[in-house]
Amino acid sequence: MKKTFATLAALAMLSGTAVYAQDFDNQLKARKGQFNILAINLGILGGMARGAVEYDAEAAQAAADSIVGVSMVNQGPLWPEGSDADSIEGTRAKANIWENLPDVIDKWNAVGVAAKELQAAAGTGQEAIGPNLGKLGGTCKACHDTYRVPE
Amino acid sequence: MARVLKLLVLAAVIGAGIGLWVTAPTKVDAARFASLDGDATRGEAVFTASGCASCHHVKGSEDKLALAGGQEFVSDFGTFYAPNISPHPQEGIGDWNLEAFANAVLNGVSPAGQHYYPAFPYTSYTRMTDADVSDLWAYMKTLPEDATPSKPHDVGFPFNIRRSVGGWKFLFMDDAWVMDVPADLERGRYLVEAQAHCAECHTPRNPVGALDTGAWMTGAPNPSGKGTIPPLTPDKLDWSADDIAYYLETGFTPEYDSVGGHMAEVVDNFSNLTAEDRNAVAAYVKALPAP
Repeated sequence: MKKTFATLAALAMLSGTAVYAQDFDNQLKARKGQFNILAINLGILGGMARGAVEYDAEAAQAAADSIVGVSMVNQGPLWPEGSDADSIEGTRAKANIWENLPDVIDKWNAVGVAAKELQAAAGTGQEAIGPNLGKLGGTCKACHDTYRVPE
Repeated sequence: MARVLKLLVLAAVIGAGIGLWVTAPTKVDAARFASLDGDATRGEAVFTASGCASCHHVKGSEDKLALAGGQEFVSDFGTFYAPNISPHPQEGIGDWNLEAFANAVLNGVSPAGQHYYPAFPYTSYTRMTDADVSDLWAYMKTLPEDATPSKPHDVGFPFNIRRSVGGWKFLFMDDAWVMDVPADLERGRYLVEAQAHCAECHTPRNPVGALDTGAWMTGAPNPSGKGTIPPLTPDKLDWSADDIAYYLETGFTPEYDSVGGHMAEVVDNFSNLTAEDRNAVAAYVKALPAP
């Protein structure tokens, strides 16, 4: 009897966590989706910067515009408290994000600044992409350094 | 009976003698460094490749050259705190000389003759050339002084007996190269195995914390928390040499995900090295054998 009760309690706890994680399903999808849009467009520009793909001013501009677009998405609603890697599955967001929100917001704003610089440069020529892409990459790294769990 | 006792005492004395000899700190021969004239400009590249600032800068500070220490490294043996290695004469290493510095970097021995814990990756640095150590010392003397005292490590028995680290070194410290490589891969091997100490995170450890060189670069649990440090061996990492070099320069993976965790610090360092050095590391990684 006692054992059954313990099992039931454990199950209840487990399902409780599962529901909890599911509550953030849309936010996680949105978070990852926006980063995937960044990655795809960074890939277009990176390919041109590395010479793997021929430079195309129009395509470069469209990619940079898209990156700026993502950088303008309001992040607050995507990052509810409790949607960190310690609390739920399916994310690598570290809990310290919510302890250092002003710094996290600064770092996200830096992405926007670097994205706009890239936007201004992307259509001007192949050689302008690399350095600006590097700068933007630096702003990704600055946040991931502190706020992302390794795989 | 008396004879047996005598033999036992003799055996104990010999045993203790061997123990003392094995655990005694090894010092460099000062003559090796007497004629070396350090070049601070070259030393900066050694400093960057060796990742000194990544662990010794103040966590959260943008100033990566104020080496006041304080970052914590939690391990199975206790918590280590990176010490102050700024040129401050009392709190840092400002009153050291080149010989003392070489003993620390190459042998893991303090000026007072104490063993350092191998959280300080001297088991990699021991493969560094004397000239690089001398250049590094010349550069580190040019950095800003910081008066923050070093925090004592929080290590329990028996690991708090520093002398025991001597036995550990005797068993596990080896200045030989791990991988045999042709001449054109030697630069990459030097960067990976001696300076950038990649294996410290990318190679699993045995129960007493020594690197398992038989599983070289096959990935390991993250030493500082959740997740794992990925394997670099060809059965798991299918990036091209060009992809690896680009990642070390920009932090972008071939899928344009971005570097994270402590590796972001490593990329910060590598982005400041030459393209030749990044390519050399990439070539070494591509030459790793599948386990």
